[in-house]
Amino acid sequence: MDIWAHHSPIQAPDQTRRRIRRLQLGLTMRGGQGAARALVLQFTNCRILRGGALLREDLWVRGGRILDPEKLFFEERRVADEQRDCGGCILAPGFIDVQINGGFGVDFSQATEDVGSGVALVARRILSHGVTSFCPTLVTSPPEVYHKAPEAASLPEAAGDFVIAPSLDVHSSNWFVVLPQIPVKSGGPHGAGVLGVHLEGPFISREKRGAHPEAHLRSFEASAFQDLLATYGSLDNVRIVTLAPELDRSHEVIQALTALGICVSLGHSVADLGAAEEAVRSGATFITHLFNAMLPFHHRDPGIVGLLTSDQLPPGRHIFYGMIADGMHTNPAALRIAYRAHPQGLVLVTDAVPALGLGNGRHTLGQQEVEVDGLTAYVAGTKTLSGSITPMDVCVRHFLQATGCSVEAALEAASLHPAQLLGLEKHKGTLDFGADADFVVLDDSLHVRATYISGELVWQAEETRQ
Amino acid sequence: RRPRRAGVYIRVLSFALRAPVGVAPRWPCVGCARRSSVGRASGPAGLNFLSWKLCITTMRLVILDNYDLASEWAAKYICNRIIQFKPGQDRYFILGLPTGSTPLGCYKKLIEYHKNGDLSFKYVKTFNMDEYVGLPRNHPESYHSYMWNNFFKHIDIDPNNAHILDGNATDLQAECDAFEKKIKEAGGIDLFVGGIGPDGHIAFNEPGSSLVSRTRLKTLAMDTILANAKYFDGDLSKVPTMALTVGVGTVMDAREVMILITGAHKAFALYKAIEEGVNHMWTVSAFQQHPRTIFVCDEDATLELRVKTVKYFKDPPPIVQIEPKP
Repeated sequence: MDIWAHHSPIQAPDQTRRRIRRLQLGLTMRGGQGAARALVLQFTNCRILRGGALLREDLWVRGGRILDPEKLFFEERRVADEQRDCGGCILAPGFIDVQINGGFGVDFSQATEDVGSGVALVARRILSHGVTSFCPTLVTSPPEVYHKAPEAASLPEAAGDFVIAPSLDVHSSNWFVVLPQIPVKSGGPHGAGVLGVHLEGPFISREKRGAHPEAHLRSFEASAFQDLLATYGSLDNVRIVTLAPELDRSHEVIQALTALGICVSLGHSVADLGAAEEAVRSGATFITHLFNAMLPFHHRDPGIVGLLTSDQLPPGRHIFYGMIADGMHTNPAALRIAYRAHPQGLVLVTDAVPALGLGNGRHTLGQQEVEVDGLTAYVAGTKTLSGSITPMDVCVRHFLQATGCSVEAALEAASLHPAQLLGLEKHKGTLDFGADADFVVLDDSLHVRATYISGELVWQAEETRQ
Repeated sequence: RRPRRAGVYIRVLSFALRAPVGVAPRWPCVGCARRSSVGRASGPAGLNFLSWKLCITTMRLVILDNYDLASEWAAKYICNRIIQFKPGQDRYFILGLPTGSTPLGCYKKLIEYHKNGDLSFKYVKTFNMDEYVGLPRNHPESYHSYMWNNFFKHIDIDPNNAHILDGNATDLQAECDAFEKKIKEAGGIDLFVGGIGPDGHIAFNEPGSSLVSRTRLKTLAMDTILANAKYFDGDLSKVPTMALTVGVGTVMDAREVMILITGAHKAFALYKAIEEGVNHMWTVSAFQQHPRTIFVCDEDATLELRVKTVKYFKDPPPIVQIEPKP
């Protein structure tokens, strides 16, 4: 299974081989020899999102994958072992959140002794929002969060499971290291799958840092990719890196990251359109929360926003852009402009902060404090927005209502487009035959009724639990 | 003057005369007290059970007002035949099935009866008439896809009982022979439902096919290829030119045959089939010699028939009751 189709066929470095192996282990453990004998599930009385349309079809699942029923009928001469009536609901691919900083009191960027259980808690709780895969996001943090300093005591190797780091004196420089404790992991009843970490910073612009702490911003003008590696340590668990392309030597870095199969995103930047286009030609494919933390659109220099309609991009490629459709980070009119300019690239993200799912009050984000007031979160003491606390399904509903787009388009913005961004569209974000059976059951108003991962029910709304 | 096909009319009349004395043949309505004219079936369709038993041969032409009514009549007939057969574990009802645009309405109705709980296909075996050669089984235009999407996926038939010729078999003639063998092992076909091409062909038995042919490989006529082009983006090079098909003889072996003919473009073929002679250029005409055939059509399909024929079948002459002599 080649999920890294855009990889160079030339021998990949060790890191990449390990990443491929880990992802393959995670994503291909379903299927295989036992699959043919597995139970065949048929979800009836539903509309499924397939090929960009809602079809009145049944969804067949076997061995954690979507099954082709015609093939089953004519080749294997089998019928379903179990039928489940979906009550006329919509079955959509599970949502994929590529930018989420934490939630339910958990801050991914904060070094604690047990990062793993924090990630697991969030992974479990976001199932109720319809999210079946996500990229835990680390904001700009001190280097110790990314990798251990050489003099620190050695930590047990993360072997694919979350480990509890031994307790160390927090007053010393031996902080708990976060990044190695967030490995790629398949989803299941325990929670949504981790596709890899999204590193948002520290290679970003000073002027557009937003809520990121200024003290830990860095650049890579000294030795480009080596600087980046020195900051992050290992890139094994990394899936997306957000950086500012106007930084010197960013092109080398972007090229090196792209060659490793890591998605490069442009954000927290004051780049003009020319620099942004150059970055895309070097391999960048994503824009982090469009409009926020970048220069505003100007008719003589559209800046990064101009990438949506740029004709200078490599042929056959288009840019993806994240949007926080919570009604606050972007004015609905701006959301509509972006959507109408480039509907195929819109990726819904939550950019959720640890206050997601909690009540009003003060909470911690990265190295700073934030204040939650109703549906808004600010950097404590200022009026700077500090991420969103809107769940993904609420974002989908708001997006649908604000843009007046079709239900199919709204659902694809939260599932298919992020999968395409990450090169996973054959297995995630789709209900095509052979894809992973990660899907969400929605009623007509797009409220989540149930969530399935690998064809297994992992969450169900209260009123349907009878 | 064209010679009249007296044989057809006599057979119909003989049906009427052989009805048991004192019992007005209720045709086609079972359970409907008043005698309704052919085609206006207001109750469950099907032959009067008693007259069915007595009647040796019949050719019926059932004319309905429009496509939907014709499809419904045909579906009700099939439904009733299956139910009256009382299929079970050791007693399967063997059904022959067509493809194309004509039977779509009939399939929809059958699915409706199944979903209402009136009809089960658990003990029904099906044999399809034909399949293209060289088209992948999962191609959207293959007859496997057609049958799956339009029929099998909506009903409870056992996949082992749904037989369709495999157009990608390595030995096509062996595949055809095996198909004939399967039909024979199943005990022969109880009801073969078919359609008709604009050139009067049944299945893919193109004009010129032997009227005693068996299941075999056939090259398609240009008429058929042109008619099919619309399903292949209008590109003639994509249309399959060969197909496996049941022979005329294979269908003639069925105990009962029902041909669906709807639309004005089939009118001339229907005329040739029932008002002209038995002729291998219009292979459907062979069914004039089948003991039990029903032609189900809509008004448009009768456009080429004589007014007299249409009037006769739509509104048959009154039945004379024969009183027993004292």
